[in-house]
Amino acid sequence: MNLKKIYKYGSPPNFYRFVMKLEPWCLCLGLLMIAIGSIGGLFVAPKDYQMGDAFRIIYFHVPSAYLSMSAYAAMGISSIIGIVWRSNVAFAVAKSIAPFGALMTAVALITGMLWGKPMWGTAWVWDARLTSEFILLLLYLGYIALHATIKEQKRADRAASLLAILGIVNLPIIHYSVVWWNTLHQASTISKLDSPSIVGEMLWPLLLMIIGYMIFFVGVICRGGSAEVLMREKRSNWVKEV
Amino acid sequence: MLPRHKRFLGILVTLIGVTVAIALILSSFQDNLLYYVTPSEAIKKIDDDQSKFRIGGLVEVGSFKRKDGSLQSRFVLTDGIESVEVNYIGILPDLFREGQGIIVTGKFDKMKIFIASEVLAKHDENYMPPDIHALKEPTS
Repeated sequence: MNLKKIYKYGSPPNFYRFVMKLEPWCLCLGLLMIAIGSIGGLFVAPKDYQMGDAFRIIYFHVPSAYLSMSAYAAMGISSIIGIVWRSNVAFAVAKSIAPFGALMTAVALITGMLWGKPMWGTAWVWDARLTSEFILLLLYLGYIALHATIKEQKRADRAASLLAILGIVNLPIIHYSVVWWNTLHQASTISKLDSPSIVGEMLWPLLLMIIGYMIFFVGVICRGGSAEVLMREKRSNWVKEV
Repeated sequence: MLPRHKRFLGILVTLIGVTVAIALILSSFQDNLLYYVTPSEAIKKIDDDQSKFRIGGLVEVGSFKRKDGSLQSRFVLTDGIESVEVNYIGILPDLFREGQGIIVTGKFDKMKIFIASEVLAKHDENYMPPDIHALKEPTS
């Protein structure tokens, strides 16, 4: 019976109405949190004992890196739902996640390079963490390219989804790369929730940024997903009504 | 079995298969995936005919010397068990200091001194303001 409720949102008009209601809330709340987090991170948080102000790039690097991975997880799960349930809505959501996820991955890589150049002494090394995150970018781009290459909608959905699903294997590799292998990249700062390796007054803007990015991301997907659903259903009656 | 279940099973089996395959590949390339070795491991390779490799360790406190008026520096890299003497000519990264984690690329010369062509600083995952750092480690 619970599944029935979820099934309801699998129908394009219901999905559309639901996300249109959700979208403005997510975008506003997300932006607000990002704004407060940015001010907190850039101006309120104290300087790092070693890096001074340069550490502040963490407030953009870590949230975008987190999001690049959770967006991929979302894309992979909607691809699975799309294939298993033959759900057009799920395919539309997966497709609308890809460009945003690719952007977040690029931001994570670029902010990391900007920080790495002065701190490590190099912008790029092929260690396990950096390489696996780069592969994530290639997976996103591969998904987008594959979808764009195949003309027939259904085949494009299925082929690109398969790629997205296989790429899920990369996620634990990215996450655990700093544990399994010696890497230049440092280990995780806040994943161990019991004792984060960062003081409270530096931590709260970071958490705010991460949650803000996530909520904003949901808003963006509402927007992208609803537009994609409209495109796909443009010949049906309910679209003519909205 | 419904077709939907079949498709789900198909995806599951494929994912498990790919995961196992990649796990096997990664574990067989374990050595090449390590970005650096520790000084203890490096010492074992000292007599091998080597190509360049990387050593990661802490710069021993009090070991850093720089020749006046040049970029030539000398320091000892240690993992608490073994240590390696390193020679490097060039600019050191911002985070380079004694006690800090460092990764050097290069090879041993005949005197068993590691001639580095690149020095990278490894930052740890700890972030704190100076006053708290001073409380934690009053010595430094």
